Amino acid sequence: MAWAGIISIDFLYAVASLILVSLGLAVIFGMMRIINLAHGEFLVLGSYAAILSSHAGVNIWVACLIVAPLAVGMIGFVIERLLIRHLYGRLVDTMLATWGLSLFVVGLLTTVFGNDTQGVSAPLGPIHIGDYQASGYSLFVIGLALVVLAAVYGVLRFTRFGLFARGTMQNADMAAALGVHVSAVYSTTFALGAGLAGLAGGVLAPVTGVFPSIGGAYIGKAFITVLSGGSAILAGTSSASVLLGAVDQIGTFATNAVFGQVGLLVAAVVLIRFMPQGITSRFFRRSL
Amino acid sequence: MIAQVSALLRGHAGTTALALVGLGLLFGLPLGLETYVLLQVTVYVTFAILALSLGFVLGFGGILCLGQSVFFGLGAYTYGIAVTDMGDSTIPVLLSVAVPSLFAAALGYFIFWGRISDVYVGVITLTVSLIFFSVVNSTAGPQYHIGAAAIGGYNGMPNIPGINLPFEPDDTLDPNGVFYLTMGSLLVCYFGLRWLLTTTFGRVVVAVRENERRVELLGYDARRYKLLALTLGAAIAGLAGCLFANWGSFVGPSVFSVVQSAQILIWVTVGGAGTLLGPVIGSILISWLTAVLGTQQTLNASLVLGFILLVFVLVVPGGIAAVARRARTAAARLGAFGAARRIGREAHPGARP
Amino acid sequence: MTEMLLETRALTMQFGGVRAVDGVDFALAEGELRCLIGPNGAGKSTFFKLITGQLRPSAGEVLYRGRPITGLEPHDIARLGMGIKTQVPNVFDGLSVRENLWLAARRRHVGRAADRSVEEQMDRLGLGALRERIVGQLAHGQRQWVELGVVLAAGPELVLLDEPAAGMTDDETRRTAELIGEINKTHALIVVEHDMQFIRAIARTVTVFNQGSVLVEGDVADVLRDPRVRDVYLGKKVAA
Repeated sequence: MAWAGIISIDFLYAVASLILVSLGLAVIFGMMRIINLAHGEFLVLGSYAAILSSHAGVNIWVACLIVAPLAVGMIGFVIERLLIRHLYGRLVDTMLATWGLSLFVVGLLTTVFGNDTQGVSAPLGPIHIGDYQASGYSLFVIGLALVVLAAVYGVLRFTRFGLFARGTMQNADMAAALGVHVSAVYSTTFALGAGLAGLAGGVLAPVTGVFPSIGGAYIGKAFITVLSGGSAILAGTSSASVLLGAVDQIGTFATNAVFGQVGLLVAAVVLIRFMPQGITSRFFRRSL
Repeated sequence: MIAQVSALLRGHAGTTALALVGLGLLFGLPLGLETYVLLQVTVYVTFAILALSLGFVLGFGGILCLGQSVFFGLGAYTYGIAVTDMGDSTIPVLLSVAVPSLFAAALGYFIFWGRISDVYVGVITLTVSLIFFSVVNSTAGPQYHIGAAAIGGYNGMPNIPGINLPFEPDDTLDPNGVFYLTMGSLLVCYFGLRWLLTTTFGRVVVAVRENERRVELLGYDARRYKLLALTLGAAIAGLAGCLFANWGSFVGPSVFSVVQSAQILIWVTVGGAGTLLGPVIGSILISWLTAVLGTQQTLNASLVLGFILLVFVLVVPGGIAAVARRARTAAARLGAFGAARRIGREAHPGARP
Repeated sequence: MTEMLLETRALTMQFGGVRAVDGVDFALAEGELRCLIGPNGAGKSTFFKLITGQLRPSAGEVLYRGRPITGLEPHDIARLGMGIKTQVPNVFDGLSVRENLWLAARRRHVGRAADRSVEEQMDRLGLGALRERIVGQLAHGQRQWVELGVVLAAGPELVLLDEPAAGMTDDETRRTAELIGEINKTHALIVVEHDMQFIRAIARTVTVFNQGSVLVEGDVADVLRDPRVRDVYLGKKVAA
């Protein structure tokens, strides 16, 4: 029983971290059709923001949950104005430009911080279930993923910005004709996606530590999740995270973490053959 | 000057001139250069072959392959593992071409038969390279081996035996021999691809890039042409990988890395997608720049490469080749040489994918 | 009853809650020239996409010479001898006029024969002067002609033309009408068009689409006199 509890926590943690790591990418992709190849670096920037501010004396919760997303959100806003804006409608070029950005940021971080791993300790101790132990922080991450999903849903569904954003996503010209400030919607959306990436980076910083090129370790899973999910941001990310989290966990139990990743990739490639537009092209079609 | 050179590179006279230059370099460089310089040139030429592979896949096939390093790495590791196990390099060289090709064909089946968009192709191929990197990186330890060859994880595979004359394991190539082989491979690949682009297959591949739907409505199976283009690109990248492993007697997981993939793309973007010579020139320029950057501490190579990619995407779409073409058109307008009609015919817009 | 060249049975295409094509029964004889008319959104272009395999029907069947072709890939259907000029010019914009036609001709002919076929089509359409021009740089009307040339160079048995006269000058439209008559000497054709003048010039039998279904079908003069047809064009509700 206790063992089953631990297994479920492991599984839910895998799903939750996939959701957190992918959601920012999914928001930008779902709303703007842009694949942000610098997504991994946004996560890394979030981790650095959390760790540096925590070392500077900021409370660890504030550092991870507030400083990291705000800092990266602002960076995203600026990048949209300086870079992405000039490439709208050129999806491939946008992708290549964000790849350039990704390399540039890795180079910049290496120049500033060097290649050393920096870390901060997790703020929650272990929790005992029968004879087994689970990390309290894992439970926190699971809860946080649910809260973030609910918050993004609330923003898209119930706020003015959400309505404008969904309108722009459906038909940018029509939205503009109706008086929506489309370019402001785009920069806010990009900032929101970047902020979500920053939050994920901040929250995962105590678990993984950070060094400039660690973004590459996150980004593969995030890509796979978003591709498999399809264009519906929340339904796609959640359903793909559950499916791929399960594949990952089974693969990891059967062999080890590395081959769990291979299982993820194979699952995603096969999925794309039969559902090229992702899970949400066939299921949950009308959802957000 | 640029205008005249690039005008010369078109047409039969250009092909002949270029072939003569190539042969001149092939036989001239080993005579004129010291061995350590020749070794450096050899690795640049290897990268030029790799650039050519993506130049064909991306520039002519219109396939947004962001994970070309996968095929390069597979070629390098296949050679390293097979030659360690077999001793004689003849079969390993062939395998280093065959394994990446087969992998590309399998991957291409899922990608192209699923009919996913360009952006998805880019993400999938990039993800494949990420996962290859992380898998190979974590295969350190004696339990990971194929035959007698340990894969070595992040330590890579050292002491890979060199290429020998076919079926003569004791006759390993010396640095001059390796250069002849590498430069010869580049020439064969370059002129082979130029020839291929004049065949029906090559023209249909370009037509698929231009308008996939129209190609299908004419009765060609576009998926098959894209699959073959990707596979051919993988074969060439695999050959480059084999030559790379042979050159350094070493291969490590960084051949699969995102930075490696990005570099290949930067070579092509800087040189100019939609041409064959552009990627070759781009690869040599950027490799030289990377080597220079490696000798100093202030500027990080990744920083510079990222910046270059940004600048070329934003400011110089079409790369050096497009700049040369514009210069040539301008020169023609000035009446510097009166081939204006030919230029109109050859200035293919939409060459970027 | 003789075997039909093309037939559809209860052909249906549903997009979400909308039936763009709704239970269409259609038959075209060998050598026939048929015009499809109907207001915007009546489902004509969708019907073409279903026949050529660009869309997979939600229900119903397509038969070519009695053989079911429902669900085949577009290139398989093209190989059976169907050629289509789509509504938006669908050509190789980065290639020359000659290369465009050559790609079409090459599917059926090898070597010299392909070149000959290209020359024939260029003469027929008066494209000779444009042969080395890049298609993307041509005017809209010229690109329409190039696409016609591409379709014909592929040597199809059945030619589908979706609004061939759209964006053409009066003179070009007249030439297009003549050309269609000439093509019809050797090929079967289905032509979608809005221009009633044009329809009168070329048509014998007309099928009228409205809201995804066939409203009426018959001789051109009868159909154009039919008050229901006038009503759908004026946007009135029709009890079909």
